[in-house]
Amino acid sequence: MQTVKMVVTGPYSAGKTQFIRTISEIDVVSTERKISSEAERLKDATTVAMDFGRITIDDDLILYLFGTPGQRRFDFMWEILTEGMLGFIVLIDSVRPETFREARNILEVFRGYAQTPYVVSANKQDMPDAWSPEDLRIALKIDKNIKVLPCVATDKESVKQTILELLYSILEGIEE
Amino acid sequence: MALQGNLRDFSTTQLLNLVSLAKKTGAMTLETDDNSALLYFREGKLIHASTNNRAGRLADMLLEAGKLAEKQVKAIERQPKQLSDKALGIDLIRSGVVTQQDIIKSVKDFMLDVVYSLFSWTEGLFNFNPGVKPSNDRITVPLNLDNVILEGSRRIQENERLVDELPHLDRVSLKVTDKPLRDVKLTPDDWRVISHIHPRNTIAQIAQANSMDEFQIRKIVYGMLQAGLVEIIKPEGVQTQKKFMSRAEKKLAKKQTPTMKRSMVERLINRIKRV
Ligand SMILES: Nc1nc2c(ncn2[C@@H]2O[C@H](COP(=O)(O)OP(=O)(O)O)[C@@H](O)[C@H]2O)c(=O)[nH]1
Ligand SMILES: [Mg+2]
Repeated sequence: MQTVKMVVTGPYSAGKTQFIRTISEIDVVSTERKISSEAERLKDATTVAMDFGRITIDDDLILYLFGTPGQRRFDFMWEILTEGMLGFIVLIDSVRPETFREARNILEVFRGYAQTPYVVSANKQDMPDAWSPEDLRIALKIDKNIKVLPCVATDKESVKQTILELLYSILEGIEE
Repeated sequence: MALQGNLRDFSTTQLLNLVSLAKKTGAMTLETDDNSALLYFREGKLIHASTNNRAGRLADMLLEAGKLAEKQVKAIERQPKQLSDKALGIDLIRSGVVTQQDIIKSVKDFMLDVVYSLFSWTEGLFNFNPGVKPSNDRITVPLNLDNVILEGSRRIQENERLVDELPHLDRVSLKVTDKPLRDVKLTPDDWRVISHIHPRNTIAQIAQANSMDEFQIRKIVYGMLQAGLVEIIKPEGVQTQKKFMSRAEKKLAKKQTPTMKRSMVERLINRIKRV
């Protein structure tokens, strides 16, 4: 049995959990929640909440989707997550320009960890205030060789298309 | 499709750069608590600018440029029939009061002045309305934004913002783009940086070679990045790969040939298509 993984990253509230939930065949184990008490905060410091989805490809291949944890104190998880991944998806919250700079930084850090292919997903395109993928490409200085895809994470077709585009990029990247 | 937000998150410089690169046509409004501005663009060039207290009418622009005296402006304002800016311009040229060059230069200087004043707006809402044009009677002069963007970046004073934009000076190098440098106004410091650009030099090394501190180098590089003169690349000949491979990766690397990987990715594609 072979397993492969893809990582879904992006700023807080970009739609990572939603994205994975929409396509996964199992319940996404997102345990992110508001931490109420100080005691709970301390207890929580030892655990990391992460989104985790699965798509069974065939009898001996499984694709896992990992969503990066939202809180900055879990950034150390990124390096662990990126190890051996097939590729990654950077979700942008297209309606919140205040998160663009962070998105850009996350993207840079990920590129530093791994030279794997990636795509940028301009999420929440169903909302009237959404910036267009073309404007986001310029605003976030996305390289012209990288796909910036429109996405609505609540829509299965849209999520499917994003993953497929990443797979096409991966295919192109495999040397002859 | 919206293009709106707060200048806190996306600065005036970045905004102008976006409009310029995307060659947008339309109207941009900017609003702070006590100021507002209205900029019109055509195919990425600024063609008209005004603020809540500077309406951008021809007579005022010529007054600011010293081409008309206060008295003359008053006289124009007293005319029973208000001329449009275009008609007034023609009148003034015909009667030999100003030349066409005077008008173009005054309008450009006025627009520059308005735009530069916007660089100090660090907070405020912006909203772009595609396709909207200035009213027909206004005089529009296309102004290339490259120099404006460079100058705007030079005026950035907050180090924090620069660090956000360019966090890791020691991990990236620069590459000069195909954009012609001839038309932009570069400072000697800009040129000192450009002369050190090489795939093997990180930005930190360029700074060191020029005895620039981090704030200085960030400001210069940021300006040139914004104006599209340079781009960030990964340094050559530097160990950027991870130093070690995980066990899983070693296993994969040993086992997987490109053909095997391709067939695996194809299986993934076929399956995802059927989800
Ligand atoms: N309208 C709309 N809302 C979305 C979309 N994707 C996510 N959301 C909502 O955005 C919020 C944050 O999403 P979530 O998946 O929790 O973000 P995360 O922090 O990246 O995991 C939730 O309320 C989602 O329902 C989308 O494509 N369109
Ligand atoms: Mg989440």
